[in-house]
Amino acid sequence: MKKKSKKRELLLQGNEAIVEGALKAGCSFFAGYPITPATEISELLSVKLPQRDGTFIQMEDEIASLGAVIGASLAGAKAMTATSGPGFSLMQENLGFAVIAEVPCVIVNAMRGGPSTGLPTMPSQSDVMQARWGTHGDHPTIALCPSTIRECYDLTIKAFNYSEKFRIPVILLVDEVVAHMREKIAIDDEEDVEIFNRIKPTVPPEWYIPFEDTPKGVPAMANFGDGYRYHVTGLTHDIRGFPTSRPDEIDPFIRRLFRKVSQNFAEVQIGEFYQADDADITIIAYGSVARSARRAAADGRERGLKIGVLKMNTLWPFMRTQVEKVLRTSKVVIVPEMNMGQVSREVKRVNKGDAKVFTINKVDGTIITPQEILGRIKEVS
Amino acid sequence: MAEITRLIHEYLRHDKKFPHVWCPGCGIGIMLGALIRAIDKTGYSKDDIVLVSGIGCTGRLPVYVDFNTLHTTHGRALTFATGIKLAKPRLKVIVIMGDGDAVAIGGNHFIHAARRNIDLTAIIVNNNVYGMTGGQYSPTTPYGMKSTTTTYSNVEHAFNISELAVTAGSVFVGRGTVYHAKLLDSLMEKAFAKVGFSVVEIISHCHTQFGRLNRMGTAVEMMQWQRDHAVTVEKAAQMKAEELKGKFKIGVLVDRNLPAYQDEYEKVRRWAKGSEKR
Repeated sequence: MKKKSKKRELLLQGNEAIVEGALKAGCSFFAGYPITPATEISELLSVKLPQRDGTFIQMEDEIASLGAVIGASLAGAKAMTATSGPGFSLMQENLGFAVIAEVPCVIVNAMRGGPSTGLPTMPSQSDVMQARWGTHGDHPTIALCPSTIRECYDLTIKAFNYSEKFRIPVILLVDEVVAHMREKIAIDDEEDVEIFNRIKPTVPPEWYIPFEDTPKGVPAMANFGDGYRYHVTGLTHDIRGFPTSRPDEIDPFIRRLFRKVSQNFAEVQIGEFYQADDADITIIAYGSVARSARRAAADGRERGLKIGVLKMNTLWPFMRTQVEKVLRTSKVVIVPEMNMGQVSREVKRVNKGDAKVFTINKVDGTIITPQEILGRIKEVS
Repeated sequence: MAEITRLIHEYLRHDKKFPHVWCPGCGIGIMLGALIRAIDKTGYSKDDIVLVSGIGCTGRLPVYVDFNTLHTTHGRALTFATGIKLAKPRLKVIVIMGDGDAVAIGGNHFIHAARRNIDLTAIIVNNNVYGMTGGQYSPTTPYGMKSTTTTYSNVEHAFNISELAVTAGSVFVGRGTVYHAKLLDSLMEKAFAKVGFSVVEIISHCHTQFGRLNRMGTAVEMMQWQRDHAVTVEKAAQMKAEELKGKFKIGVLVDRNLPAYQDEYEKVRRWAKGSEKR
């Protein structure tokens, strides 16, 4: 008899695929507050988490949601929240706490138009810089951005993995188009996906130094209740977790926070080149716009234009190496975005005059079409 | 070994650099003593106690004691505590806050934690002022009092923290003062024994800021004020309304039984798994 396949073929929305990815990664705690266009994530997890002994709670606001997520993570759960721009603004306070206290967690921001209440049901990519600099103080950021439903699933797993591995909050920036779009994906529940769990201390409690500077920059993390009693604070702290105002303790601490990400750029910077080797013109795009970019490149090639694409799945840390490669090999670089130029600003920053960089900035609440990208290419080349 | 010495060795952190941040004469030390004595009586292992705090003078307390300790953002302590309790229900989670922390910036979290009946104990030190930042008025600064931001006079009306806790749904609400230290022990013991959201409000003094600006005298004089204005719940029941004017009640204000959130959520899990019908 034929063995029954464990593969599930599903027609999923981006938000639903994020839920599937989170559960695969081992998420057992979700706290959130209703907001469009992220609500489906809450609704689905409110059904699925209690089925597997997890916890879903709807908090009184987004500040409380991220607070509860951080608390759950400190107690040992893989935890996440999901929101949109206005809620993400409220989360900035506790996001900084998760950075300084090095608490793993995942924050999904389904981006809609802003500022303020803005365009609740229309797409945007205008929170790229908020993800980078939204919380106060110097800090590193990991932000991932899917452009397909499959990537929603895969990148959510990666977001959990990075957060556990580097003890850092990881942000998943998904634009409203990808959050609500449906595509068929096959999920193999038996598939051997790499799942990373935080490194726990192996030393006896009296030897445990909770914020020790290790070569990898990531200290082992004891969960509350595991027998390692230690102090966690949002104040700048020494290696034992106690508040410090000694310059010789502050400086290495802040530098370590950066180092644990910068030492691992190669691992966390994910992207894909399409027909980029011989391209005169390269489109650098992310999210739903990367889909239009690939279509524009294919159509352009049919008309004899040598167009390539760099699709960015990691927005922070900025994929400098890959972007510099594109700038060196292409004559023209186009950066289409549903904002006034947040990633193009970074592209221009690293450009050393190698290529001409042009932008497409769409802020009317509608998507960027392949025709618009091709039109811009004709205009500038 | 004297009892006090045993408690100090058992519960204070020896690797933490003392002295502490509090002013000489501050009431938080008395509250800390009561807290440690009450926790000691619960029989919980130190590994299973989590002490969570927010920001302010009171927020600095957890750093000195040998539990799982978490010093969170201003006003948000209850939200972090909610996550800890739900992710690991066997832990005893105690939240320490000041008045500004609990009912100004954290006011919304406070009423919702009470409404949900999350199994936490909230201990609120109410000294009527923001002490750490230099004496600005708080939501519990009485009408007509001075602070560094009500230099003419406060024209806002104060919250009654305990009454707010009762109305929002807490299963246990007790109020004490740092003058009535023994009462604090018993209120905390009762609160820790309760399943659900319990609150202990502690009337304290900030002689450095509030007392100085309002010419209320030294720490000792402010504690004498507590002694003279506190009326036990039992005594208050026999007093007329006009006799109670300007006084405040101390003791157990509410003690009732309601299902705690995590027990209710267990039901949700059973319904979700189909092991029980809704």
